[in-house]
Amino acid sequence: MNRPATHSHAATALYAVSENESPQGDPSLQEPLPEVTAKRRGVLQRLVRRFSVLGLLGLVIVVFWLAVAFLGPLVAPYKGGAITSTEIFGSYSAAHPLGTDYLGRDLLSRVLFGTRYTVGLALASAVLASCIGTFFGLLAAVSGRAVDEVLSRLFDAVISIPSKVLALVVVAAFGSSIPILMGVAAFAYIPGAFRISRSLAVNLMTLEYVQVARARGEGLLYIARVEVLPNMIHPMLADFGLRFVFIVLLLSGLSFLGLGVQPPDADWGSLVRENIGGLALGAPAVLMPAIAIATLTVGVNLLIDNLRRRAGRGQGAA
Amino acid sequence: MKSHAQRLIAARLGLALLTLLIVSALVFALTGLLPGDAAQQALGQAATPAQVAALRHQFGLDQPAVQRYAQWLLHAVSGNFGTSLSNNLPVSELIATRLPNSLVLAGLTTLVSVPIALMIGITSAMFRGSLLDRVLNVLTLSTVAVPEFLIATIAVLIFAVKLRWLPALSYLSDVSSFEALLRIYAMPVMTLCCVIIAQMARMTRAAVLDQLNASYVEMAILKGASPMRVVLRHVLPNTIGPIANAVALSLSYLFGGVVIVESIFNYPGLASLMVDAVTNRDMPLVQGCVMVFCVAYLALVLVADLCQIVSNPRLRQR
Amino acid sequence: MNMIEVKGLRVVAGTAPDPVVEIVKGVDFCVKKGEVLALIGESGSGKTTIALSLLGHARTGCSIAGGSVRIGDVEVLSLDVRGRRALRARTVAYVAQSASAGFNPSRTIIDQVTEPALLHKLMTPAAAREKAVALFRSLALPSPETIGARYPHQVSGGQLQRVMAAMALITDPCVVVFDEPTTALDVTTQIEVLAAFKKVIRELGTTAVYVSHDLAVVAQMADRIVVLNGGAVRENGTTAQVLDAPADAYTRQLLAATRRPEPETAAASKEAAPPILEIRGLHAGYGRIGHDGVPAVCVLDDVSLTIPRGSALGVIGESGSGKTTLARVVAGLVERARGEVLLDGKPLPAKLSDRTLDQFRRVQIVFQNADTALNPSRTIADILARPMNFYHGLRGAAAQKRMFELLDLVKLPAAIAKRQPGGLSGGQKQRVNLARALAADPALILCDEVTSALDTVVGAAVLDLLAELRRELGVSYMFISHDISTVRAICDEVIVLYAGRRVEAGQRDVLAAPPYHPYTGLLVDSVPALRPGWLDARRALTLAQLPSMGPSGDNGGLCSFRARCRMRIDGKCNVTPPPLKRLPSGAEILCHHSAEELSRMQSTGTVAA
Repeated sequence: MNRPATHSHAATALYAVSENESPQGDPSLQEPLPEVTAKRRGVLQRLVRRFSVLGLLGLVIVVFWLAVAFLGPLVAPYKGGAITSTEIFGSYSAAHPLGTDYLGRDLLSRVLFGTRYTVGLALASAVLASCIGTFFGLLAAVSGRAVDEVLSRLFDAVISIPSKVLALVVVAAFGSSIPILMGVAAFAYIPGAFRISRSLAVNLMTLEYVQVARARGEGLLYIARVEVLPNMIHPMLADFGLRFVFIVLLLSGLSFLGLGVQPPDADWGSLVRENIGGLALGAPAVLMPAIAIATLTVGVNLLIDNLRRRAGRGQGAA
Repeated sequence: MKSHAQRLIAARLGLALLTLLIVSALVFALTGLLPGDAAQQALGQAATPAQVAALRHQFGLDQPAVQRYAQWLLHAVSGNFGTSLSNNLPVSELIATRLPNSLVLAGLTTLVSVPIALMIGITSAMFRGSLLDRVLNVLTLSTVAVPEFLIATIAVLIFAVKLRWLPALSYLSDVSSFEALLRIYAMPVMTLCCVIIAQMARMTRAAVLDQLNASYVEMAILKGASPMRVVLRHVLPNTIGPIANAVALSLSYLFGGVVIVESIFNYPGLASLMVDAVTNRDMPLVQGCVMVFCVAYLALVLVADLCQIVSNPRLRQR
Repeated sequence: MNMIEVKGLRVVAGTAPDPVVEIVKGVDFCVKKGEVLALIGESGSGKTTIALSLLGHARTGCSIAGGSVRIGDVEVLSLDVRGRRALRARTVAYVAQSASAGFNPSRTIIDQVTEPALLHKLMTPAAAREKAVALFRSLALPSPETIGARYPHQVSGGQLQRVMAAMALITDPCVVVFDEPTTALDVTTQIEVLAAFKKVIRELGTTAVYVSHDLAVVAQMADRIVVLNGGAVRENGTTAQVLDAPADAYTRQLLAATRRPEPETAAASKEAAPPILEIRGLHAGYGRIGHDGVPAVCVLDDVSLTIPRGSALGVIGESGSGKTTLARVVAGLVERARGEVLLDGKPLPAKLSDRTLDQFRRVQIVFQNADTALNPSRTIADILARPMNFYHGLRGAAAQKRMFELLDLVKLPAAIAKRQPGGLSGGQKQRVNLARALAADPALILCDEVTSALDTVVGAAVLDLLAELRRELGVSYMFISHDISTVRAICDEVIVLYAGRRVEAGQRDVLAAPPYHPYTGLLVDSVPALRPGWLDARRALTLAQLPSMGPSGDNGGLCSFRARCRMRIDGKCNVTPPPLKRLPSGAEILCHHSAEELSRMQSTGTVAA
């Protein structure tokens, strides 16, 4: 019969630095407390230490597109729908840095105006998906088995429908208005957020400080809010980024099929769709919006990956 | 396999069936109950209320929802999904014509992607931290985030437009020789493979790393085993289950990707049938296609789960 | 002639640009051929790192920065990778701490045990298998011919540890490194494993390096002792010299912490107040509750105890005894199936939702694992403020004042209040746990193995604190532990649990001398004493056979210890449940033997059946 391995002897090397109980007299009174280091380092210095090169690249891209989402229409050279050139599927030029589309409109302006739809819509849906998913995940972990089972079965069922297929079904039923698109994107990815937040919360609930809170007589709301949620935030942020990427891909895929954002509004996916005729000509009008999508999603992925690694290292030493 | 494993498997199967039931209810609710009046839609605005009522009765739309669902479910299980609204053919017939095409596409993709992905994943894990691993990590990370239509667009641009090696669209009726077959399938399969390989490689790497970090690996090193031997004789047998799980889960991404790829290459498969049905608001067809997709998806996830269970030696020998 | 010579060994952790820390700071020692050297130290002392560098291996993130390691004629650190591979398991073998983690779960035992011999091409597979079986036999493993066909998860921890020793010895290495092999085992299993190791090492004349944190274990196994602290050697001498006349202050401190004197029995406070806690006939477990109220998997079976006001009760048991469940049932975290719990004379509801605030306040629990007992995202001040606010409504300045009082009580500096748990050491965290329990002003504190995860010295300080708190505040304890010496250091009364049953209960001094319940006897006899030669004297006992006994009747309530008891009686122990007996010392036990018989059999020191 074994007793479960105690931690202090097994994971020792990692504690080697901080476990400095001095041998004489009362150990804890004499232990020097490291001073809280001055937080006055340069912001740049801190950034460089926290991010690798790729992580910084991701951060730059994300910040860039976020800025464009807000400011894009203000800096666009032409208004979104204005036809400014007689040449359709024009190539790169000084007047039209990204070429012209199938009607002769400046593509750069179209892309800048479309950023609001792609980024804004996806961001809103991702926030909804993450928040609702986290809420239900916490609820499932903190409540009894019955609630947990019911919620898990329901969300398992939703997750069993491939997201694009689910989106298609909803669009078939309800059309493609902006609220519907936001709703279906959130709906398709709530179960994923639910799964992760539930698994995190369930693991946290087994830890002793939650048991102490329960034995103290704390209510479930306090435990969920104070003991469990703050220790879940970091992984859920990384998951939020992932949701965002999936939703961008889903919505632009829908727009590409003609079932997403409807004309005259256009997000990047719709831009690819309407300019698909230029594919045989090799026009930038087809390529550029798709590349824009790719830079956004790849940038977010690089950023999340970097955050995960740093968090993993930090937690490994804890 | 001892009875404990058998019981677990039976439980998983039961759970999958339950999930399928809930999925079917969800799909029916979305397509059969909510979209409003199919009778009104069929007859158009000019119909009198009496005509609409009569058609509604004929369609059985005036029955209570649960009864309609039960009837639909019974028919669905026997393969009868009703008649397509857009071309009056039985839905099952339409599906039966298109399904084999999609299966061929999926099969070819699997055949190509699995060996490549496994190789990438396992070598990345074996040489973790090296330059090769880091480069591959960035590549897979980026590829996973890229939308399929970008890859497809670039592929068409390069291979069909510039190099003229492959046809831009896939007309299956043109299949005259094996070489023609290859040329038709090349780009759709390539496009699908890109994302699948990246996803599968990442999951495989994680699964192998998980085992490489296990403590028995250190013991094997301390016995004097070479790294190659450690991987081949110690680690790989333990990774078969997790890798099979990773492969199955990654293949489930096919269900989303195939929607885009079939559209962009005009490939006559099940997904493009569904997209057309959605565009035409052809509800019975949508229902049929969605159910087929869901069953296949669930089956794949179930296989993944079963691999995990069966590969655990603690369950094989109780 | 020196078998092992280590000079100026330095190992660092971390690679630039991350900060680089020296974890082994220039260590020297030698081991003669056939000698057993012990490396003793607490966590962070670098002992495992040194042991691994004898095989030329450093864990990920660490690297050997300098010095020399000679094994025989070979300079290990100058070997290239292939050379080191040839050295491992052939010249130097390693026995890991956790046997279950050291074995590949999907290969059979015999496969893995013969692997080193086959890897280094020393013998044919058939010869290797024969040798493995011979080693199993000499290590006193049950069914040596067939145990090899099993998988690691089908074999118990103690047996697995011996199998690991067989795996190390199969190549007849010159040196075997034992890395804390018995730390994760129960004390009754540990003694068998230690006896087996010692026997085999003596027979083969192997040189051994034994790493441990437990001085008593080391005293049994080693000829020389090297005491390590913070990566440096503090003392290096023969076992007798280190134990009797230590030269270094740290060694003295270590010895003092291990040899704790028993405090005088507190003068029995004879007020007729009701006991603070009384448990009657408690049954608890998992699974479906049967018609008699007993759950399918019964973890606690008819346990009764009493804790007088202001006293400390020790609950002793090994893994599987149900002692942790006992604490959790009292705290309300685990449901009880049957039985009563009375707090201060009034019934304590089983469910948390039925308890009053006052009941919550009066029973507080402190857990073993200090790392996970504090919420990492809050400061110490917040953690301590919550119970004060929750129970007493204290806020603001009054709460602050009380908080500083509490920190003072547990001997922590006031500045610690602004910090988060992540930056504290294990001992400090455990003190914060205590402070949190005290913040509620409780009547009873449930201490669940509170010192088991701490280093010996740190743990001893925490025990002192607990004793002092009891004197100052008059709070009662239920002190749960597997370690008899810890319990004897602080408790007035004890109960012994085995497989969920209470087999003995009495005052603390019942543990001092026989007669006791056979299981208590086994426990007391299995605790290694701090003098060399104890193990050899006990060896006859550990390797002796149990008296034979026929199959058991299907009567429920039979003695749970009969499978391991050296004094079992065929025809009694397997047929009727043992009656509750009272020993002359005042202890109550469940046994068929009378007090005189137990006295006789246990006093002779060896088993006389």
